[in-house]
Amino acid sequence: MNIHNLEDMGCGTSSVTKDKKSEKALKAALVIQNWYRGYSARLKTRQRYALTIFQSIEYADEQGQLQLSNFFSFMLENYTRVQEKEPGLVTRLFGSNIQDKDRQDYLGLIDVPDSYCGPRLQFPLTFTDIDLLIEAFKQQQILHAYYVLEVLFETKKVLQQMPNFTHTNTSPSKEITICGDLHGKLDDLFLIFYKNGLPSATNPYVFNGDFVDRGKNSMEILMILFVSFLVYPNDLHLNRGNHEDFMMNMRYGFTKEILHKYKLHGKKILQILEEVYTWLPVGTIIDNEVLVIHGGISESTDLTLLHRIERNKMRSVLMPPIPMDADYAERKNKLGTTIVAQGIRTSGSFSEQLTKQEWEQIIDILWSDPRGKRGCYPNTNRGGGCYFGPDITSKILNKYQLKMLVRSHECKPEGYEICHDGKVITVFSASNYYEEGSNRGAYIRMSSGMTPRFFQYQITKATCFRPLYQRVNAIESSAIRMLKERMISRKTDLIRAFQLQDRNKSGKLSMGQWAFSVENVLGLNLPWRSLSSHLVTTDKDGNIDYMSGFQDVHIQKPVKEVQSTLIETVYRYRSDLQIIFNIIDSDHSGLISMEEFRSMWKLFKSHYSVHIDDSQFDELAERMDLNKDGSIDFNEFLKAFYVVHKFDKLNKSDSKLE
Amino acid sequence: MADDRDRDEVAVAEFHKKIKEAFEVFDHESNNTVDVREVGTIIRSLGCCPSEGELHDLIAEVEEEEPTGYIRFEKFLPVMTEVLLERRYRPIPEDILLRAFEVLDPDKRGFLSKDELIKYMTEEGEPFSLEEMEEMLSAAIDPESNSINYKDYITMMVIDEN
Repeated sequence: MNIHNLEDMGCGTSSVTKDKKSEKALKAALVIQNWYRGYSARLKTRQRYALTIFQSIEYADEQGQLQLSNFFSFMLENYTRVQEKEPGLVTRLFGSNIQDKDRQDYLGLIDVPDSYCGPRLQFPLTFTDIDLLIEAFKQQQILHAYYVLEVLFETKKVLQQMPNFTHTNTSPSKEITICGDLHGKLDDLFLIFYKNGLPSATNPYVFNGDFVDRGKNSMEILMILFVSFLVYPNDLHLNRGNHEDFMMNMRYGFTKEILHKYKLHGKKILQILEEVYTWLPVGTIIDNEVLVIHGGISESTDLTLLHRIERNKMRSVLMPPIPMDADYAERKNKLGTTIVAQGIRTSGSFSEQLTKQEWEQIIDILWSDPRGKRGCYPNTNRGGGCYFGPDITSKILNKYQLKMLVRSHECKPEGYEICHDGKVITVFSASNYYEEGSNRGAYIRMSSGMTPRFFQYQITKATCFRPLYQRVNAIESSAIRMLKERMISRKTDLIRAFQLQDRNKSGKLSMGQWAFSVENVLGLNLPWRSLSSHLVTTDKDGNIDYMSGFQDVHIQKPVKEVQSTLIETVYRYRSDLQIIFNIIDSDHSGLISMEEFRSMWKLFKSHYSVHIDDSQFDELAERMDLNKDGSIDFNEFLKAFYVVHKFDKLNKSDSKLE
Repeated sequence: MADDRDRDEVAVAEFHKKIKEAFEVFDHESNNTVDVREVGTIIRSLGCCPSEGELHDLIAEVEEEEPTGYIRFEKFLPVMTEVLLERRYRPIPEDILLRAFEVLDPDKRGFLSKDELIKYMTEEGEPFSLEEMEEMLSAAIDPESNSINYKDYITMMVIDEN
């Protein structure tokens, strides 16, 4: 049917004219509908692409952690050699005062001034304290460090009594609500409580990990959850997520939030928090039928073993147990020094760390993702845990006579997703996780024998009710920005790859050649062909001008004379360096000595196989020592390496959408 | 000629990659299948504009003998490649779209009222669902006049896509 032909076909009687008229109207309507559906589909696709970009980059970052983890292991294993060459560095890196932190030592020294007008908690806590906190946080008040520490100590005390898996039961009159990742998004928690009621003996909840990091109210969420837990320890269940990990917090924002909100006592809070995390239960089992854990399972998941291990020895995903042998213990004793990482003491006791098998069991629980492909294989995207298929789910569920697995860990556009034939549910409770408009959040209500019910929501700023295409534009440009920053951080490698394919040095490549190079160098599996129009310019023959991708973005050079490869490298490893610096800086002053800075860089360089002249780095460090007092403010150092988007200033002044 | 054949092969290979990319984005479980309800979106994202009826026929071609609710990539690829090679279901040019609106506005006012738009879109042609209608209204209707100035609307949509 040729719907483009709208010409009148001649005259006729009035009824024929009427028919002609309605036929024309019909055709016109078809044209508009057809066009609109095409437009709408392209809009949805752009939204999906943006999400794919966000997710790819997020997972690639997590994978980068594996390298960092190896770096730490390398340092621990080669402790003696490292100690000889760079005395004090490793102890600084891993030593910590693991004396049993006495409550009085901390609380006794802190005063809550009369001038403090934030919420004051009363121990023992009751439901009025929950209300108090919620009201206070709605008004953006900050809970005083004294109360934070009190809550943390109490929480640790109660958690220590709890087994690795919480067992709980429902009934037709007592449904349980399961929430997924919140990641510091306080508004989402408020919305859930508003829609679903506050936790109580008749309204039990499971919070399935990842309460913190990324969002800006991780502390407030943690306080509400912990206080609610202390008031209703048998009805509010907390599972540990992969972000309940002090090292993850260093990279993903919670540490920063704490040090910013609690300038005086932040360090103490961080120390206690580290321990509280380790006492969080690994999972919850409902009605002996439903297993609720943060990540997933692997083919070797052994619930019996997981029930009996000492879960508090799992400090961080970045600190796997180091292989211990007789040699090692001897070498250590010779030096007469102590590594206190993993709590190993001079007596050379191996009992302070988990076995490799135990550690991996927990990592699998916290990091794995379900996939459609059968079998179980390493989760290369994230660098930890595995991908498990429907056959693995069936096997493990059957082995322990369970019916369903509820997990979180992955952002889903609709807030939840069912897979593996209805046996695995993913629930994610942080709406707009990547960007305003990126996804909905959800929670589940269930009770034994009934089909689970799903509730979805999405936080929207009241003034900001924008039509779909504007929201898609926003997340699309945000995703493309991130992608461009990735590209600029690998500029040298990319150019090399492009030039290898560009035999006649024309500056141009075919679409296929460009996509191949980009995917190889960046290691991101993305729809490059569809994205190319946002990243590079294409000529009329369909060939890509590959240098155009770097035109409107560049990394700000903190110091002019330094080579671009060094700049790119530091930019690329910003997050890892951040973590390492934070660890070295054990008193959280923000400063480390030039010597430590240099030594650390040398080790980092050799482990990450970064080929940069030491002198280059020295020169850079010299120039960054702005006070010339032998110390480096590393936050300033890292901040100096940021990406400038050429059109940023223009966009800001031009913006009608903000 | 050999050159032409090479160029065709290259074209087909590029189409294959493009189709694979578009498909993978909706392949949530990474097992080379997509939900049949997303096939329309995938086809349209590749630049084609089939009508609902034409889409229905396409889906029938790529579905299993016994429909499972999922479309496999192996069946989708050859059918979609043909569609791209034959340049079927070309998108509507801007001027035709404008004329379609003008047909619905015989008095040449330059706009359609919200009610008129709803009536045409939900009663004529291949009617919109409630969701589709609401979506279109949210961006198209000027809340003050409760009408759509279609010329401005088209211009805005075209700019947005480019």
